[in-house]
Formats: sequence, C-alpha cells, structure tokens
Amino acid sequence: MAFNMRPTKNPMPTQAPEIRKHNFDEVAIGYTQEMAIDEAKRCLNCKNPGCVPGCPVHINIPAFIAKVAEGEFEAAYQIISESSSLPAVCGRVCPQETQCEEHCIRALQKLPKKDENGAMIKDENGKPVMVQGEAVGIGRLERFVADYHREHAAVAVPEIQKNGHKVAVLGSGPSGLACAYDLAKWGYDVTIFEALHVAGGVLMYGIPEFRLPKAIVQNEIEGLKRMGVKIMTNMVVGRVISIDELMEQEGFEACFVGTGAGLPRFLGIPGENAKGVYSANEFLTRVNLMKAYQNDSSTPIQHAHNVIVVGGGNVAMDALRTPLRLGAEHVTCVYRRSKEELPARKEEIEHAEEEGVVFDLLRNPVKILEDRTGSPSPRSPEYNPNYGNVIGMKVQKQKLGEPDASGRRRPIPVTVEEDPDAIYTIPCDCVIIAIGTSPNPLIKDTTPGIETNKHGCLIVNEENNETTKDGVFAGGDAVTGAATVILAMGAGRKAAKSIHEYIQAK
Amino acid sequence: MFKIVKKEVLNPTIVRLVVEAPYVAKKAKPGQFIILRAYQDSERLPFTIAGEDPEQGTVTIIYQIVGAGTLELNQLNEGDELSDFVGPLGRPSELEGLKHVAIVGGGAGCAIAYPLAHKLHELNADVCSIAGFRNKDLVILEKEFEEASQKFIKMSDDGTWGEQGFVTVGLENEILARQGKENQFDEVIAIGPIIMMKNVVAVAKKYNIPCIVSMNPIMIDGTGMCGCCRLLVGGKLKFACVDGPDFDGYEVDFDSAAERNTMYRDWERTKYEEGCNLLKEAK
Ligand SMILES: Cc1cc2nc3c(=O)[nH]c(=O)nc-3n(C[C@H](O)[C@H](O)[C@H](O)COP(=O)(O)OP(=O)(O)OC[C@H]3O[C@@H](n4cnc5c(N)ncnc54)[C@H](O)[C@@H]3O)c2cc1C
Ligand code: SF4
Ligand code: FES
Repeated sequence: MAFNMRPTKNPMPTQAPEIRKHNFDEVAIGYTQEMAIDEAKRCLNCKNPGCVPGCPVHINIPAFIAKVAEGEFEAAYQIISESSSLPAVCGRVCPQETQCEEHCIRALQKLPKKDENGAMIKDENGKPVMVQGEAVGIGRLERFVADYHREHAAVAVPEIQKNGHKVAVLGSGPSGLACAYDLAKWGYDVTIFEALHVAGGVLMYGIPEFRLPKAIVQNEIEGLKRMGVKIMTNMVVGRVISIDELMEQEGFEACFVGTGAGLPRFLGIPGENAKGVYSANEFLTRVNLMKAYQNDSSTPIQHAHNVIVVGGGNVAMDALRTPLRLGAEHVTCVYRRSKEELPARKEEIEHAEEEGVVFDLLRNPVKILEDRTGSPSPRSPEYNPNYGNVIGMKVQKQKLGEPDASGRRRPIPVTVEEDPDAIYTIPCDCVIIAIGTSPNPLIKDTTPGIETNKHGCLIVNEENNETTKDGVFAGGDAVTGAATVILAMGAGRKAAKSIHEYIQAK
Repeated sequence: MFKIVKKEVLNPTIVRLVVEAPYVAKKAKPGQFIILRAYQDSERLPFTIAGEDPEQGTVTIIYQIVGAGTLELNQLNEGDELSDFVGPLGRPSELEGLKHVAIVGGGAGCAIAYPLAHKLHELNADVCSIAGFRNKDLVILEKEFEEASQKFIKMSDDGTWGEQGFVTVGLENEILARQGKENQFDEVIAIGPIIMMKNVVAVAKKYNIPCIVSMNPIMIDGTGMCGCCRLLVGGKLKFACVDGPDFDGYEVDFDSAAERNTMYRDWERTKYEEGCNLLKEAK
C-alpha cells in the first residue's frame, strides 16, 4: 500500500470557536471515514515503533492503524481493546502529544513542502522548503475507531462462565471501571461501590460535556452492567460500610481501591471564603454532574461576567471554558509560571485561546477582594445584594528561577522595589481555584492496615498494585495523586491481573 | 430503594420522614447526616439524622419546607421512594463523658438538637434543653424534649409558648442559677440559625463554658470533594461535611458562614416561588 507522505495531520473538524463557546456540545466533531483512512495511511507501520512504548498501556498502534487504512474499522477496534477498555474516552482526553505521538517517527522527520498540486515548493536558491513533520493523529484515529464501534457494532451480551469469587471495586472512575471490566471478563462476581449518585468518577463530575459527552461514559458503564457487574451508588466506603466489613462480613475476597484524588486544595489567602469563590471541583460538579447548565436544573450556579481561574492544568482549562458557555464575557487564567510550563494538554490550551480566554501568566494570587459596601441585610435601605461577593483579585508578578523538584522552573515573586507595578488588582466577580487535588483521607482513616505517603497517596507494591493490607489492591489517582485517565485505566487493569493471581493462589 | 415508610407533619412547615435505608440505619450515630435526592435530577439535600432503627432498617429525618428543594421533596408521600439516600456522613458528635449539658435549639434546629438530647439522656447525663420558636404554632418535638431532659426551658419570641425571649435569655438565667453549684454546665451545644448560634456562643464564652455548634452550610457531595461547605474555623479552612458538622463555637467565623449561605438567595427565592405557583396550578 502506498503511504501518504503529507507532513501534516488531517485537522480535526471542530465547531467554530464563536459558536461553540456558547454551547455545551462537543467541540471536536470527529473524522469522517475518508479522513480516517487518509490519516491512517500516514503511518509507516514501523518495525520498531516509537509510539507503542510511549503509550502507557502499549496499545499495538501500528496494527490498529493498518486496519483503519484498510477500512477494517471493527478489526481495528478489537486490536485497541486488547490493551484499553475505554478507547472512546482516551481518544478524547489523553495527552497524546506527550505520549504516543511525541515519539512518532513522522514527528521527527522533516519533509519538503508541497503546494496543492503536489509540486515541491522551492526557496529563492532553488532548494526545497522543508517543514517539520507532524505525528500521525493516533488519538484522533483511536477516537474514530471507538466511535465507529459504538455506532455500528451490535450490542453484545457476552457469555461469561462465572467462577464464584466475589471482588469489590471502590470508586467508579476509569481505574475502577477498567479493573471491573477485566475481572468480570474472567468470571468474577464484581460489585462497584460508588460514593456519588452516578458512576463514572471524574469522567462524569469533572470533565465537561463539551470535551467528553456523558452519553459516551454511560455507554461504557452500560457495557459493564451487561457483563454482570453490579453498581451500587450512594455507597461511601468508610462511612456506609468499611473495607473490613466488605471482606469479613460481605464475602468479598479482594478489594480494589480506585477512589481517586478528589479533595480540592485551596490557596490559603485572605478572601478565599468570599461568595463567588469556587473550587474547580465545585464549579464543574454543579455544571456537569448536577446539570446546572440546563435552564430547568435544580442546582444553582453563578452566572458571572468576569471570571478568574487560578491554575494551568487540564482542570483549569475546563474551569475556564465552562463559564464562557454560561455567558461570561471575560475569562482569565492566572498561572504562576510561563506558557511553557502550563501542564494542560496543548490542544485544550489552543481551544481555550481560540474561545477568547486570556492568559495572565507569571502571576500569583495574594488576596481576594470582597465587596463591603452597603449592608448585607435585605431590610436595610442600604441593602447591597452583592455584599460579601468577590470584586477582584490582587496578584503579584513572578519571574522564573532554577528548576525545582518537579523539573519546572520555580516561580519567584517580583518585588515592588524591582517593579513598582509588581502587585496589582484584576477586577472579577468570580474566582475558580484549580490548583490541584489530593486523595481523600477517608479510606486510610477507616481501614486499619492501609498506609499512605506524606501526600496522602496509598502506598502500593509497584509490581502488583497491592496495598499494605492483605487482599486490598489500589490504583489510579488514589495512588499517584491527580494524574491521567489512561494511567488510571492502566493501573486498574494491572490490579485486576494481580487480584486474579491472588485469588487463584489462595 | 429508599421507601418512605412514614410521613408526619409536625407543624405547618416541618415534616418528619421515616425512610427505609438499612445500610445507613446500621451505622448512624448522633450528629451525623445524610444526603438525599427526591427524584432523579433533584438537588442533593443534606439532613441531620433524627433517629435510626437498625432492626427495622429505617432512618428518620426532619425537614423544614424552606426552598424549592424541600418543596419538591414534600411532594413524596408514604409508600413513595426517594431516588438517592446516602449516609451516614460527617463525624458523630462527641458526647461521651459529658455530665451536665445545655442543649440549645432554635426553630427547625430543634430537630437536630433533639437526637443529641436523647442520646445524652441515654448516657445518663443531666440534660437541660432550651428550645426557642417564633410562636406556639411552630413548636415541634415538645413531648420528646420533655422526656429526654431533666429540665426543659421553653422560649418564644412572642411569649405564646413558655417564656418570652430568645434562647440566650433562658440559657443565661440557667447558667447563673447553676453557677458555683455541682450541676454547673460542662458544655453547651447549640443548633439553629447562625445568628442564634453566634449569640449562644457569646453567652457561653462569658461564663467560660465550652460551646459546640452544628454547622449547616451549602453542600453538594458531602464527602469532601467540592469544598463548597468550607468554613473558617480558628482561621483555617475546614470542610463541614468531613471535619464537622460539629465545631468548637469559639473558633467558628459565623459572619463568613452566614454570608456564604446567602450565595444563591435570589435564585432560591425565584425557584421557590416558581415551585409554589406550579403547585397552585396543579391544584
Ligand atoms: C476537570 C478535570 C479534567 C481532567 N482532564 C483530563 C484530561 O484531559 N486527560 C486526562 O488524561 N486526565 C484528565 N483528568 C484527570 C483524570 O480524570 C483522572 O486522572 C482520572 O479520572 C483518575 O481516575 P480514578 O479512577 O483514579 O479516579 P476518579 O475518576 O477520581 O474516580 C474516583 C471515584 O471514586 C469515588 N469515591 C471516592 N471515595 C470513595 C469512597 N470512599 N467510597 C466509594 N467511592 C468513592 C468518587 O466519587 C469517584 O467517582 C482531569 C481531571 C479533572 C478533575
Ligand atoms: S511511530 Fe508513527 S509512523 Fe511509526 S508506527 Fe507509530 S504511529 Fe505509525
Ligand atoms: S459538601 Fe462537598 S466538600 Fe463538603
């Protein structure tokens, strides 16, 4: 088959920024079959592919892409699903540019630039103009294949020989779902215990509809149910029932803890308790899980005009783009390092910029200012309904010093002596804090024998993901701290294998 | 799943529900709360556990119809099922070892105060309950308090029930009456509107008596995930749903808590009126 030597990726069709910033529909529309086949032909089917080791779960990328190039989309899906249980999700939210695509040979090549007719473009000296190649759109192809499968494959009710062993899975985020999927496939009787009223974890309450439609997540969960996995919502393990009770009284032979890192951090600066200050988790939960974006929703949300989001990760990008869709006129990202250090996926940063988000980089919040004019009492003639609301944020300029423990350059405050404008105020009526989360201490506090490190993350044996307690395994953000969907999914699958070995050896 | 086995109207706006929730009933301790959703897509509403029966597998809650959420909840009747019911959440109240306790409840807060009085009574503590209502028509749980307390002080704003005056007056008189005596209070527990709790703390402070308050900020998940229930306690941020709901009253920043509770006041009012109008039309 002839390879397609175009240096650039097929662009992803998206809703235009002007339109999409006013709706919650998915931003990316997805490749057509023609675009997918065309893109797939850019893959050189390398003997020693760089992409596969770059993928945390080692999907056989060249093999699935070869099937796409042949138009065998279902076969491509089967290859992906050997390694990944959530391709429709990962194809949308994985940071491919720092994983598989970073190592794709096509991104490392320079190729001659061509015009529309395929003729080489030359410079004034008659030498061909060279362009840096782009990686094969692996993520876009993964997404295409998963969507094709969901829309075309018949709903299968798998025949599974039950083995009679009971396993409890705590938390229904990507790690829990992946662990449950493998165990159910091998015949285990799996029950997922989820604290919230719906399953899906961050995929449901955190990542917004416009980036990951909730119907896709629910489709995965329905698939699990068809495999016989029981899902018990409203079960906060540690409060409603403990791990010891699950194992000693309810007959579960092993547990998987995939409870995530859901505890939001705050800045610890004055004014943080003002009205209009949200954690990203609160803001996104109100909008996503509690559907505050619908007009008839029973959950309130502030429809702010001028929003500041503190932080620069994926969570911050979601927190920036959500208020825009609720009608905000100005949305500003305040981040203490420079653009290079922004931890968010590149695509999300670009999308945010296209939608009009302003990046105020090298700034650190020092104080949140509150409206203290008038009276808070509705009975007073001076009543001010906005009394106690945020009216602005005082920030301090930063410069970058030496790299710190994380390898990124450390921000150092610029003093007023160095720059008389080093500290200034940005007006706003809403602040969303997206500076990270850590694991909830509940499981540790209620499970004797489970140990955590100084960040509150569960300690596991890296070989098999077993915690310090016999029969209890863990993975995902609960172990790593806030990370990624694919790492959580990979950890869930690894733990499933260990649980299988643990029970078979008993 | 979570069937309402009993529904009782305690006063025109306060209702008691007994709900089938065996897991919750097995674990519930005084001071803890649950979060429920009436229907799919309803708001998540937190309520203190007002009693539990582990054998029957039921949990009692008492709610006041104050907003759109409780108005909607009130549409459900005996035999209907709640969509979700999760708990017990929060830390239980620390009641062990207390000997002479003043339990101060204001309005609907009495529903939360009563189970504590009951539990302390069971633990053989000397309980003095001080309950305050605007007027006699709003009184709830009178008989229950009577039974659970050595002494029961009734206060009303207009004097139509017990003495006229705020609960702080009843409390201060009782503190003075016991001063220097063997039965002086070793703790005051206050539950009610924020302004009431703030004033009760001021009285307790005056006489150097420790004072515990039970906070009820706006919540979503109740597990520590959203941080919307955060309060300033001793200058530090605390999450009421996991660190509380009980806190040392001396340390709580009541003004900021009161402010945060008004975050959605206008929205709540419109929703509530919409809800009321819909009900009227339906009738
Ligand atoms: C807004 C946002 C955007 C993100 N964007 C991206 C992205 O673009 N790409 C990417 O790869 N990653 C992204 N992430 C990170 C990614 O979502 C997480 O790394 C991943 O979801 C972790 O999966 P998990 O299974 O470990 O936990 P979670 O998804 O956090 O799920 C944990 C589940 O456990 C439940 N739980 C907690 N405690 C208990 C308990 N005691 N009992 C029972 N259940 C409990 C929780 O309710 C939750 O449902 C984002 C995260 C957020 C918040
Ligand atoms: S490195 Fe790139 S070109 Fe090579 S197999 Fe992987 S996707 Fe194809
Ligand atoms: S209610 Fe969400 S953290 Fe307390």
